[in-house]
Order: sequence, then C-alpha cells, then structure tokens
Amino acid sequence: MDAIILQILNGLDKGSAYALIALGLTLIFGTLGVVNFAHGAIFMLGAFCAVTLSKIFSISYQTIDETQTDFLGNPLKIETPYVEHWFGPEMGSALIDWSVPLAILFSIPIMISIGVIMERGLIKHFYKRPHADQILVTFGLAIVLQEVIKYYFGANPIPTPAPDVFRGSFDFSPMLGFEANSVIYPIWRLIYFAFSALIIGAVFAFLQFTTFGMVVRAGMADRETVGLLGINIDRKFTIMFGIAAAVAGLAGVMYAPINAPNYHMGMDFLVLSFVVVVVGGMGSLPGAVAAGFLLGILESFASTTWATTTIPGINQIIIYLVAIIILLTRPRGLMGKKGVMED
Amino acid sequence: MLGLNKRDFTLLLIVVALAMLAPFLLNPFPEGSAMAQFNAGYPDLMQKFVIYGIFAIGFNILFGLTGYLSFGHAAFLGVGSYSCVWMFKLLGYNVMPGILLSILTSGIFAYLIGVVSLRRSGIYFSILTLAFAQMSFALAYSVLSNPKFNLTNGETGLQVYSNDPQWLHSADKPDLPHLFGLSMRATHEMQLGAWQFQFNVGYYLCAIIMVLAFYLSIRIFRSPFGMMLRAVKSNNTRMYYTGLNARPYTLAAFVISGMYAGLAGGLLSAVDPLAGAERMQWTASGEVVLMTILGGTGTLIGPVLGSGLIKYFENIFSKINDSVLHSWFSFLPDGMEDFMVTIVHPFVGKGWHLTLGVLFMLIVIFLPGGLVQGGQKIRGLFTGRTEAEQAQADANQSTPAE
Amino acid sequence: MSKSNFTRRGLLKTSAAAGAGLALPTYLSAASHSGYTNAPSGSTVTLGFNVPQTGPYAEEGLDELRAQELAVQHLNGEGDGGMLNTFSSKALKGNGILGKKVTFVSGDTQTKSDAARASAKSMIEKDGAIMINGGSSSGVAVAVQGLCQDAGVIFMAGLTHSNDTTGKDKKANGFRHFFNGYMSAAALAPVLKNAYGSDRRAYHLTADYTWGWTQQESIAAATEAIGWETVNNVLTPLASTDFSSYIAPVLNSGADVLVLNHYGGNMVNSLSNAIEFDLLSKQVNGKNFEIVVPLYSELMAAGAGDNVKGVIGSMNWNWQLQDEGSKAFTKSFGEKYGRPPSNSAHTCYVQTLLYADACERAGTFNPCGVVEALEDFDFDGLGNGPTTYRGADHQCFKDVLVMKGKENPTNQYDTLEIVEVTPRAQVEYAPDHPMFAGGELGKCNPGA
Repeated sequence: MDAIILQILNGLDKGSAYALIALGLTLIFGTLGVVNFAHGAIFMLGAFCAVTLSKIFSISYQTIDETQTDFLGNPLKIETPYVEHWFGPEMGSALIDWSVPLAILFSIPIMISIGVIMERGLIKHFYKRPHADQILVTFGLAIVLQEVIKYYFGANPIPTPAPDVFRGSFDFSPMLGFEANSVIYPIWRLIYFAFSALIIGAVFAFLQFTTFGMVVRAGMADRETVGLLGINIDRKFTIMFGIAAAVAGLAGVMYAPINAPNYHMGMDFLVLSFVVVVVGGMGSLPGAVAAGFLLGILESFASTTWATTTIPGINQIIIYLVAIIILLTRPRGLMGKKGVMED
Repeated sequence: MLGLNKRDFTLLLIVVALAMLAPFLLNPFPEGSAMAQFNAGYPDLMQKFVIYGIFAIGFNILFGLTGYLSFGHAAFLGVGSYSCVWMFKLLGYNVMPGILLSILTSGIFAYLIGVVSLRRSGIYFSILTLAFAQMSFALAYSVLSNPKFNLTNGETGLQVYSNDPQWLHSADKPDLPHLFGLSMRATHEMQLGAWQFQFNVGYYLCAIIMVLAFYLSIRIFRSPFGMMLRAVKSNNTRMYYTGLNARPYTLAAFVISGMYAGLAGGLLSAVDPLAGAERMQWTASGEVVLMTILGGTGTLIGPVLGSGLIKYFENIFSKINDSVLHSWFSFLPDGMEDFMVTIVHPFVGKGWHLTLGVLFMLIVIFLPGGLVQGGQKIRGLFTGRTEAEQAQADANQSTPAE
Repeated sequence: MSKSNFTRRGLLKTSAAAGAGLALPTYLSAASHSGYTNAPSGSTVTLGFNVPQTGPYAEEGLDELRAQELAVQHLNGEGDGGMLNTFSSKALKGNGILGKKVTFVSGDTQTKSDAARASAKSMIEKDGAIMINGGSSSGVAVAVQGLCQDAGVIFMAGLTHSNDTTGKDKKANGFRHFFNGYMSAAALAPVLKNAYGSDRRAYHLTADYTWGWTQQESIAAATEAIGWETVNNVLTPLASTDFSSYIAPVLNSGADVLVLNHYGGNMVNSLSNAIEFDLLSKQVNGKNFEIVVPLYSELMAAGAGDNVKGVIGSMNWNWQLQDEGSKAFTKSFGEKYGRPPSNSAHTCYVQTLLYADACERAGTFNPCGVVEALEDFDFDGLGNGPTTYRGADHQCFKDVLVMKGKENPTNQYDTLEIVEVTPRAQVEYAPDHPMFAGGELGKCNPGA
C-alpha cells in the first residue's frame, strides 16, 4: 500500500512537470498550429533564469586571506558576495538561499518578452509556411539558444538548490497510519506539484473567464471569422505565445532544484512533451494536462521492481507504448479536436 | 534515355559525375595549406556523404511525395546496420549478403510499423513512428543486449568477435568487410603536385549504389505510382471520395523508404563493421528530416545536398580548434590575431552546433525551398530569369503529366 | 591490405597477399615504404585527440583537451615541463618525439560510437594521426579501440571504466590508464567495511547499459565478500533525468545503503534525488542510512554541489595527491588554466607522455614497437606511485583513490577529499578473471 501511495505521488509529481511543459507547448502547437521545436529550449531558459539570478546574487568581491592557500599554494582569495556586504551577512545569505523562488518573479517578465520577441521576430513569418519549415527554423533556434547557454554557463550541470526550509522530505506516514518513514516525499516536489496545479488553474481560468480568453478561444476555433469581426487576432496570438513561454519558463525555474540545470535539459524533454501533447489530442488544453498526468503516473508505476521484473525493460518504453495504444484506439488522442494537424 | 526525359537524364549524369569525381571535387585545397582543413575528400566522410544521401533520398520518397512526416526512420537505419553486422558474424565478411539482408529486414520492419502507423495521418502519424523508433532504440540499448539474448550488444555496439561462426569465411579473404575479396578499406592514393587524392573501394561501392538509388527514385517520382503519392499529399480526402484507397500506396512508399534507410544502414556497417544503438535514436530520425528539408523537400537532388551539408559541418567544423585558428590568422598582427580567433572561436570546434543552428535558420528564412532554391537563384543570375520563372520552368519540365 | 596479415584467426599467412591481389593496387599513406599506417614523413608528428565536445560530457572532454594541449607543449619543450621532470623514464628530451615536433588535431566524439569513429577516422585518414587519445565513455572507448586496431594506430583510452575495455573487448593496439569497475570495487570494499560495518544491506540502482552492469557486478561481488547483502538491483534507463520513482521505494526495502552505479548526468541527478528524499538523515535497521557512488569525478561532484557531502566513492587520480608528479602536473595545469585538473585530464595527459616515451624507447612510431615498449612497462612519477602497464590485457595497475564528499569545502574545487589510497596490490586481478574473460588481445596491427 505504501509503495502504491509513493508511486502515485511520484506520478503526480512527474505528471505535473509533463503537464506544465505540454500546456505551454499545446498553446503554441495545438492551437496556433506551429510545430515549435524550441519549446524545450524555452523550458531550459526558464531553469537558467534561476541559475542566473543565483549567480547575480553571488557576484563577489575578493579579499586575500594570507593564512590560507589555494590549490597552487598562492594565498587564498576569499569571495564574499556583494549582497552580503550590502545587506549584511544574514540578509545576504538569505537572498542567495531564496534565489529560486525569487527567480519566479524575475523570470515571468523575461520569459514573456522572450516569447513575444520570438513570435514577432521569427515565428510570425512561419504561420503560413509548411510545418517542415517550422521544424527546421525552430530546431535551428533551439540549437542556437542551447549553444549560447553552453558558451556562458558551460556544459556541466549547475547545482541550484531550493531554500533550506524546503529541503528534506515530508513524512506522510503518521497521517496515513503507517510506520514512520514509510511514505516520505521531498517537500520541494510537493511544492512543485502545488505550483503546477496553480499555474494550470490560472491558465484555464484566464482562457475561460476573461474576454481576452474568449477571443483567443474563438480565434482557435475559427481564426478567419474572428478576424472578419474586426478583432486583431494576431496581437492576441502574440500574447498567447508570451504566456506559453512564461508557462514553460516557470516550469523550468521550479524544476531547477530538482535536477541541476544543464544546457541540453530542454532536448531531453522535447520529444516527451510532443508525445504528451499529441496523446492528449491536438488543440485540447485539458487533453494535454490529462495526458501529462496519465503518462507521469504510468511511468512511475512502470519503474517499480514489480513491473520491471514482470516485463523487463518496460520502464524504458512505457510512455511510447501507451502513446501507441492510445493513438490507435482513439484516433485524435484523448481529447483531440477534429482537423487540427491531421494532414 | 534509361526511361528518363532529357532533363532528368542530365540530372542523373550530373549526380554520376559528382559521385565519381568526388575524391577530386572534395579536395580542392593542396595538402598542408591552411585551407586543407576544409578538404572533405577522405574515405570516411565521402562514404558518409553518399550513405546519408541514400537515407535522405529514401526519406524524401515518403515525405516529399506523400507529405507523411515520419519521425522514426532511424529505426530502419538501425535495423539495417544490425542485420548487416549479423551477416558478418554468421556468414563472413562479404558485404553482399549483409546489404541484401539489411534491405529485407528493414522492409519487413517498415511494413509492420507502416501498417500500424498509417492508420493515422498528420501529427498523429509522426508521433506513432517516433514512438516505435524510440522503443526500438531503448530496447536495443539495454534489454536486447542482456547476456542471455544478446542481439544488439547495447552501448558498445554490435561487432564481430573472434569466436563468431562466420561459416563462409575462408582464409584467402580479407579479415575486414570486403566485396568478393575486394576490401572495403582498400584505398588508392594519388599524389598530384601538392594535392593528394584518395580513391577508396568502400566509397565507390556506396557511390554506385547511391547512383542506382537515385535513379530508382527519379523513376518513382515520374511514375504513375509517384503521381498517386502526390495526389495523397495534395488532397487525401478528395482521393478517398473518388473511390481510391490511398493506404496501399502510402504503405508502399513507407516500405520503400524504409528499405532505403535499411540499405543505408547496411552500407554504414559494410564500410565500418560496428552497429550502435544510437543510430536508432530520435536525434538520428530528426537528422534525416532536417537533411531533407534543408536540401529541399520533394526535389530530387535536395536531400542529397542537405545530407552532405550536415555531415560536412559535423565532421569538418568540429575539428577546427584554437591552434588551427591561430595558424590561420597568424599573418595578422598579434592583437588582431587574438581578436579574430576570439570572434571565430564560438562557431567552430566545440561550437560547431551553433554554426549549424544558425545555418538552419538562415537557410529556412532566406531560401524557403532549401538549398535547391539557392541553386535556382544562382542559376537565375546567369540565365537572367527570375526565380519564379525558373521554378515554373522546372515544374513544367518535371511533371509533364499535370 | 596486408592488414590481413594480422588476423585474429591467425590462419592467414603472408599468402593473404594473394587475396589482396584481387584488390586495386593499394598504397596506404606513406606506409608502403615504412610499413605502418601514417608513418610521419616530415619534421612533425600528428597526434589525434578525440574527446566529447558536445553533449552531456562536453565539460569532461574540454578538460581532457586542455590536458592534452599541455602535454604537447611539454613534449615540445615549452612550459615548465610538468611531469616530464618527475617521470622515472628519462627518454623524453623535450624536443618532440624522436626529434619530430608534436602537433595535434582534435575531434568531437559527441559521446556516440558512430560519431567517435567518424572523428577518429577523419584524423587517421585525413590528418595522418599516428595515435588516438581520449574519450569519456566506455561504449566510445570500445568502438574507437576496435577501429584503431583495424586501422593500425595506437589507441589510448581516456576515461573508460567498464571492465570490458580491457576485458572482453581488449585489443592489442589499445591501452587504458584509467582504472575499472573491478578495481573500484576492490578499493572501496575495505573502506566501506571500516566505515559502515560488515552487516549491511545494499540497494543498487544501475544505469541500464554495459558499463553499469559490469560496475554493479563488481561492486556487488566485492561488498558481498565483506558480508554485505544485496537486497535489490534496479536497472534505470540511461535517458532518465528524474530518479524519484527509483529512489522512493528504497527506504521501505529494508536496505540501509544505496549504491548508485551511475555516471555523469545520471549520477548527478540520482544522487540529488536521493538527498531530496533525505535518505542520509534516516535510520534503517538501527543504522544510519548511507549512499555510495562507486565512480566519482570532480565535474560530477561540482554538478551535484552540496549533495556529495559525506558520500564515498572511488577515483583514478586526484589533484590533491601529494607526490611530486601530481604536484608538478597540478601546478603547470593550474597555472595555465586557472583550475585544478580533473582525473580524466590527468589520464589523457599521462597517456600522451607515455605514448611519446614509448616511441622514444622503441626508437620508432611503429605501433608494434610502441606496443612492445608499453607492455609490462614499469614506471613511477606520473602520480599514483609505481605503475605497470600489464602486457596480458593492456590494463594499467596503480594505486586507487577512495574519496569522500567534503563536509566543509573551502573553495569551488575543493569538493572531495582523499579518504584512502588503496595500494595497488589490493586491486590487482588475474588477466583471466571471470569478469574480464571472453576476449582476445590479438596481435598488434601496424596497418598497411
């Protein structure tokens, strides 16, 4: 029983990462019809927002400590972050400690502007071009973004821990009446889950309850008619692109403490996020979210010892296997709309 | 001639000439000169050019004609490679059985995947093919290489070991892949002044096969079958309403292109007897998609050019390191030299991906038709015709039946 | 074509030339007159440095390349000479190799067998490289080693830790300075016994490919020999980035030690995930829960940050070693690049020197001469104390380091501390040990 609860928690956690990335992707890909291979790179940029902020906080001045030596035997240079100098050691180290949560605020405007710039500067010209051209240009863009990050931050993962208070794990066992330590789960991952639910809810509410959202939804359904009504749908779509980038970026920021960010982390998620979106069904936001959670939970269960001893290698292929089964039984994925990217 | 119209025949002749003279054409710079870094006329890279050319030609038969974007073609490349190495392990180092088996197995594999995947179209088809290929990759990398049933040899790659049976191997045959005794590695070197040219058996075998594959693809493009495939691309639903079932045609195209991929995989093993699982990974599938689009989707020669470009960057630009840069710019004053090296440095060596990414974007932004359109533009400069007229003329020539 | 003289079957006599008669007239490089591939004809000799420059191991590759450039400088008599001054063999004079100035070409393995072979081939076929050095994964090492054997050049393996590289996939033209899974296990077991006792239950997470398997097999055997019990071994897909679903069941399995048979990004993530679950602060079976990472590297430790604190693992070499060779190398590397060298950098550096030294001693660049000079070669002064390149399998034997994540690092490079230097005798094994059985070294192949 405890094992099942643990894997459900894991599944929800994995699923929330998948759902969040897929949600951003489906706003662009499922509704604007742009095959965006740079989406993984946007996720990666989000994570590097967190890295950048913690680097900014850690910009230091050097003082020479004659009593100690560095690896070459020279006097050791002690680095003190400026923030500690300005705000006092306590406040300064707290700032550094809280850089990931602070990066959420910092990243929203940055990611929205990245999204808007991308759409205005590049993607806009590709709405009417074949999907093949969209793949090529966005893949090219993804490589360029990756390489720029690699150039400045190196290829090694950069540890970006969560604030101290959120480290460690939470013990559910007393609540559930199990022995202590039998159901423990990292606090930051629980926060990640809650945060994802919040973002997903916010995006849905935005599309459902605001005039802007209504227009966008109308535009997804029938772009021409909305255009004929005199509404500047292009502008709305630009904003949608910005929101999608922000959602992916936030997913990245929050993910940074879970896995130390590196420049190719976007590529690792790219294929998976396409699979999630398509399994969810093209053009459907609830579909993408549902598929994210479904695949996350199934993946967690497939990696249990029980599953891997029953079918060796099932943990390697589960996502693809499920994708095939769903696409063969439901022609447009879980909740796909008719006629979106079907030809 | 050969069942081709004049224009296509000329194209074929050009391809033949390019393939046969590649050792000269790709080595334009004398040995030892600073520019020799850009020479690509050594056996391995020339082999890669034509083999990936075959892969892309085959991919284009599916994608260029029917518009079905397969994101799992690398699976067939991998299956072909494994089949060929297995033939080396079981029969011996003659490449013929290996190449034939790789076409056969990849054909069967493509049929099985095609039957299932072609039940869907558009993006759903792409994801199905991707899923099959990724499953193949994951299994080949781990489960299928367990000691009890070692089909792929996992991470290390399938290779020939000394305790393999090699039933047909005889003592007078080279102990490396060969064609009836003619070693794939045999290379004739020709020194002409400062220039050095290498003529490699493996390359010429691949080049001849590539020319045949290219010829076959022209015939397919121009045949009623090819016409049918184009009809699938332009309007699948209309075809369905006229009472035609397009599925057998697309399936045939899928299998043919899968066999091309298998052939390419077999040749990769034939020139270098080691088959690794990463040949099946989505990045490899993505690479052939990029090659095709980069060169010009649906054009005959485009995919070959696209594959050449990507392989060139991968192999040549990745080898330019800082000391090479310094030797290039050594004629400049010191400060200038360092400055130039700093400018160029991010784009070469470990930064070759960046150059490739920038190139992808530039080409797709400025040449929507891929490299082939670039060629047309250049031709337009000479003939004085605009690009549109040029394309029009090409279209008239190439699809007379429309 | 006369490559076929050196067949693994040994069936082919020189009569193979008859078979070759069918072929086109073949002249491989300058080889026809000197008898081996890429014999240097001018005043320079070209070495090929094949390292990952893109992909997850790019940083590792970059460090290897730095070290190799440094080695070339020292060979050519530039810089402070580094380990040339401490090396027990004095054949190298700082005037290049055999009087020829050393130049190098570099390539990108992308940590993929195909790309690595393509890159090595281009160095051999186009640039006339006489040896290939470097790399940072066992799959690549085995693939390139096979290629070098066929092409008739020397291969020095870089970072490769799988038993197979000098086990079932060993080749006469290939040498490995790096240690392997078996040696890690042999070095770790006594330290683990001291630190954590002999009554422990271990849970293994293992990267699901050849290196992971051989490593797990070695560690399980060595720890079982000191009385530990292996509770479970779970294979994790190489492509995993999140190991939470593998870590979550560990605490409930009754195990009190977690062994992470992971490397690179896998290890950084699995260790971080284990720390997230707070495993190190738990008590199981009345004992503190512990984590072991059998193979460490400085770059991984840097990537895992604070998470390595208190975690034990093994390493081939570390810049904190206090012998003269290590100090000299760390000094010249540190002065040139402003950072201490990693253990893969050290491996690539000394391999370049050892190759050059073997050429000098053999008096030729001929791979067969070099192989002969390196086989059963004993030396000292290149770090790790007295060292031997065993002739039977071309594995290097030297002291192995057991490391521990440092509790209070004083600077960004000070992440690991040396717990013990396990003497060489303790990690040696017979060439026909079952974990290494199956392959054949074959004969050296000079190509052409």
